Amino acid sequence: MKRILTTALLISLCVSLAGAQAPWQQIPIPELHKFQPQQPKRVQLPNGMVIFLQEDHELPLVDAVARIRGGSRSETAAKVGLVDLYGEVWRTGGTKIQSGDELDDYLEVRAAKVETDGNADSTTISLSCLKADFDDVFKVFNDLLRTPEFRADKLDIAQKEYFDNISRRNDDAAGIAGREAAKLAYGASNPYVRQAEYATVAAVTPQDLIDWHKQYVVPNNIVFGIVGDFNSAEMEAKLRQAFASWPKGTAAKKPEIQFTSAKPGYYVINKEDVNQSSIRMVALGTTRDNPDYYALEVFNEAFGGGFSSRLFRDIRSAKGLAYSVGGGVGTTFDHPGVVRLSMGTKSTSTIEAIQALFADIDRLSKDPISEDELKRAKDSILNSFVFNFDSPDKVLRERMAYEYYGYPADFLERYRVGIEKVTPADVARVAAKYLHKDQLAVLVVGNTAEFDKPLASLGTVSNVDITIPPPPGGPEAPPTK
Amino acid sequence: MNKRLLRLLTPVIVLCGLCAAQDISSFEKRITVKKLDNGLTVLICERPEAPVFAFYTHVDAGSVQDPMGQTGLAHMFEHMAFKGTDKIGTKDYPAEKAALEKVEKAYSAYIYERDKRVGRDEAKIKRLEAEWHAAADAANQYVVPGEFAEIIERNGGEGMNAGTSDDETSYHYSMPENRLQLWAYLESERFLHPVMREFYKERNVVIEERRMRTDSRPIGRLVEQFIAASFSAHPYHRPTVGYMGDLNSFSATDAQKFFDEYYIPSNMVVAVVGDVKAATAMPVIEKYFGRIPSHEKPEEAPTAEPPQNSERTVILHERAQPVYLEGYHRPDYLAKDDAVYDAIADLMSEGRTSRLYRTLVRDKKIASVAAGFTGFPGVKYPHLFAFFAFPLPGHTPQEIADSIHSEIDRLKKEDISDDELKMIKTRAKANLLRGLADNEGLASQLGQSQARYGDWRELFRNVERIDAVTKADIRRVANQIFVPTNRTVGIIDNAAVVAKGGQ
Repeated sequence: MKRILTTALLISLCVSLAGAQAPWQQIPIPELHKFQPQQPKRVQLPNGMVIFLQEDHELPLVDAVARIRGGSRSETAAKVGLVDLYGEVWRTGGTKIQSGDELDDYLEVRAAKVETDGNADSTTISLSCLKADFDDVFKVFNDLLRTPEFRADKLDIAQKEYFDNISRRNDDAAGIAGREAAKLAYGASNPYVRQAEYATVAAVTPQDLIDWHKQYVVPNNIVFGIVGDFNSAEMEAKLRQAFASWPKGTAAKKPEIQFTSAKPGYYVINKEDVNQSSIRMVALGTTRDNPDYYALEVFNEAFGGGFSSRLFRDIRSAKGLAYSVGGGVGTTFDHPGVVRLSMGTKSTSTIEAIQALFADIDRLSKDPISEDELKRAKDSILNSFVFNFDSPDKVLRERMAYEYYGYPADFLERYRVGIEKVTPADVARVAAKYLHKDQLAVLVVGNTAEFDKPLASLGTVSNVDITIPPPPGGPEAPPTK
Repeated sequence: MNKRLLRLLTPVIVLCGLCAAQDISSFEKRITVKKLDNGLTVLICERPEAPVFAFYTHVDAGSVQDPMGQTGLAHMFEHMAFKGTDKIGTKDYPAEKAALEKVEKAYSAYIYERDKRVGRDEAKIKRLEAEWHAAADAANQYVVPGEFAEIIERNGGEGMNAGTSDDETSYHYSMPENRLQLWAYLESERFLHPVMREFYKERNVVIEERRMRTDSRPIGRLVEQFIAASFSAHPYHRPTVGYMGDLNSFSATDAQKFFDEYYIPSNMVVAVVGDVKAATAMPVIEKYFGRIPSHEKPEEAPTAEPPQNSERTVILHERAQPVYLEGYHRPDYLAKDDAVYDAIADLMSEGRTSRLYRTLVRDKKIASVAAGFTGFPGVKYPHLFAFFAFPLPGHTPQEIADSIHSEIDRLKKEDISDDELKMIKTRAKANLLRGLADNEGLASQLGQSQARYGDWRELFRNVERIDAVTKADIRRVANQIFVPTNRTVGIIDNAAVVAKGGQ
């Protein structure tokens, strides 16, 4: 009798507990305002150039960018740095009719920008101006696109800046860690991560930049997007007039690239002037067209994403071992991303922190991401989903990326559906498939003399040599032309 | 004649291009400001471009308000504002509260013994430290870890963060518009009933932040020493993140006290920008934020920095590559010439037409980067106008100093050109415009202007003030402040270390 009563009491207590919502749970959340983000208009010219037009009349501004196939992953090993230099000198060199300095004056007096840049898989040229100045600024953009002049004195300045960059690259521990970890994940000679040196930068000539431009900057290699305060029909006519007569060229090919991760184990770089170790654990990740992508996104959010992730809660909040901690299985559009877990901890807790992070990885199999953690991660992704398209230029940028990498135009919508379908079993499966403690290369950049224990107490340690190879002309005199 | 007239008209045309939908009067229609009964100011700017909103909570207290011996406390409290309340983040608040009081007792006993000058008992220190840790563990059993941040993340909170500077503390993130009421509850609750739970663990997190930003970065080390040398009396000489000794000393009780004193409604501005209607949102916000109790503003009179009257230099002998930094004292942001300093910073630093780029980078080829900037380390009190540069390999900090000084001499002796003045003014307008296109940027700018000047319109008037700057103003101000006895120099020099075979 007594037992029954207790049980009944317990049940009623549970019911009332479940019924008593926390104050924040009692706040009503109405339907989100209906919102149909405006899609850009896509136009493909007969010469292969793809154009996206996106009107946005909030402010009297126009912004545009042309993304051109071919980037530093295609430059030769003897001239690493070429595309970076190209991205700088393309703009500073100017056009056939106006020097870069003249362009600076012309644009700055209009508070306008025309800029160029070099990346791993593309180069870009962009403009930003007041609507009233568009015709003037677009003329500069088009001149630079079609008839640039890679002036030698500007290459000289860019090379000097590059030498300065090389000379400073071992000053900052976090910078070293990021760079060297990427090399461990992909292999040191992999085109995505290989390093420019004094010699490879010095080897670049103005002719190299001219040749690059000639080879890659052709309409069928370009995805062009424009957003701002214009009428699409008028703008389309303007762009057609500017680009339609431009003859087709040779389409850029995606280079064949090898990814050879370093052997799992421990890698160390001793840096005496720090009191905090920068720790990175890396392996090869995957691509976004992998069906596992959605489960990985949820896993990443739950394991190493935001303030509520396991790593943040355990390593930072519960243990106070790190200010910055997080990571996950990296994905990119067209080549494997990097599995990367990062943290910074005081020198004297280096080994402790590595072991704590390992314990969190181990816990994934013993105590997999729970139903509640999954719900939390999905809520977080789905409720903030609107921030992927809350402005016309974000919508434009997404569409351009899908176009550039051959992803479906509705990839974002597929993403939402994909995330919704992820189950705890999916997350457990991808966690087991992509994240193994024993397959990680663990890099520590820190003051080894102050570590709580030698790194060797965890396993075999390799030293990573980051000595900067001196310039061919001697250590004090980087080569100049 | 016609051509000249046209040229004269050009800036006017540009101006009109700018005033269509983005001048003060257009914002007047979309902005509602209300000072609540408790003294807290709410600003709502309607921008229904997408179903989201951003907010920016501005608290008029920063590390300048850190008490003596407790540097880093303002920043520490900012971290604690994510730890929840008496309802969020706890399994049983009355029990937790009692446990937290025990933690404070145990900690204070430990610190008392640890900091004794004479007659310190090492064994007793160990025992007291263990008792403090045990008390903290006991309190931790009542914690629901990370619940405050979790509620925000689960509800689609984006860009959740906060910042502490010498002058002020801010909190911000964005949310879907249907969470406005939830946000108003959460944001007001954390300034109504903050709980100093997990304080000493979070203090370790902050200490790691110091190691990352200051101790382990050459630039971080330089800036700390440079600031300490530039200010001898005003609290600007102390680092916002705090000194290691203070970080290892102050208590949860200290943080609570700081909160009680400075987080008062009259010190706070909350700006909300996005898909919200003032008519319906203001009552909701008022209902929640109106609950924060008010009391008198604390007495505020940090020591005024005396005239420098000397040239000061700090040199860090490091193995890192050289860096050059110099600063000159200038008056606070309310000074009549504030816009003139903005104009000088723009002229010297903005883009490839800037004087320092053209001289040091392009022509002399002695630096990879060179710029001047103002508002260092804050703006509320008299602060610094500074210049910095990275010398190219083979060039010395002295060459940089000489070149910067000859550029400064030019400013003092010659008027800047018509084109330069025009660029400065056009850029100021265009930069303002480019900052108006997103909720986050607008919320922080409007909130900051409302807090600093008591009127958001100053965001626009600042541009008008820059527009009124003359060539004579620039010469006058340059002659006033850019003098050697008003200068502090900070250098990272690796010559000695390299000579010893350091690297």
